[in-house]
Amino acid sequence: MSWSTVADVIAGACLLGGAFFALTAAIGALRFRNLLARMHAVTKPQVLGLILLLTGLAIELREPGVLGMLFLIVVFQLLTAPVAAHMVARTAHRLGDTEDEIVYAPDVERADR
Amino acid sequence: MTIVMVIAGTMLAAAAVLAVIRVTLGPRMLNRALAMEVVVSVVVSGLALEAAYNRHATTIPIMLALAMAGFVGSVAVARFVGGRDAAPERRPPTDSSGGAQ
Repeated sequence: MSWSTVADVIAGACLLGGAFFALTAAIGALRFRNLLARMHAVTKPQVLGLILLLTGLAIELREPGVLGMLFLIVVFQLLTAPVAAHMVARTAHRLGDTEDEIVYAPDVERADR
Repeated sequence: MTIVMVIAGTMLAAAAVLAVIRVTLGPRMLNRALAMEVVVSVVVSGLALEAAYNRHATTIPIMLALAMAGFVGSVAVARFVGGRDAAPERRPPTDSSGGAQ
């Protein structure tokens, strides 16, 4: 059993795990009850799944040249996913899409409806 | 490796279908924007899977651009749906000694 096979197995496990997390994110986006719960499913497992998939890709390619680009994608996802989720959540709260029992944000102005 | 690719590809396809169902159901615009983010991420994942299977790196810049497009689209929809209230205009200083805007 060579090191190439070991790397293949690790990469395959990473790819499978990443695809599984993408699937869980989609199931959560479909099945969860309200917008904030769906947002939880969309942001966290999604980013973790993408990180796993890109790790598997990096192990499979075994080229140092592509590592920088893949790292850039991961960093970009980690930076932008919270920002996008924050903006969607703030807009939802302003429009009255969130439940008052579970969300307490008195300093956010809400649109009158 | 082919079996892994088939299983992972099936999972990604199922994820895309579920997200599209949420896009069609989604009560309002924000739910659809959220589900479209899932779709974009699934497309990026599919490109990564294909690149790992065929061992090439040509699609990595496309993945980077798609990740950016997903973020920009989500933020744009959030701002657009919020309308006027989503971007509160900066209040002018109370002692209005400034010139004309």
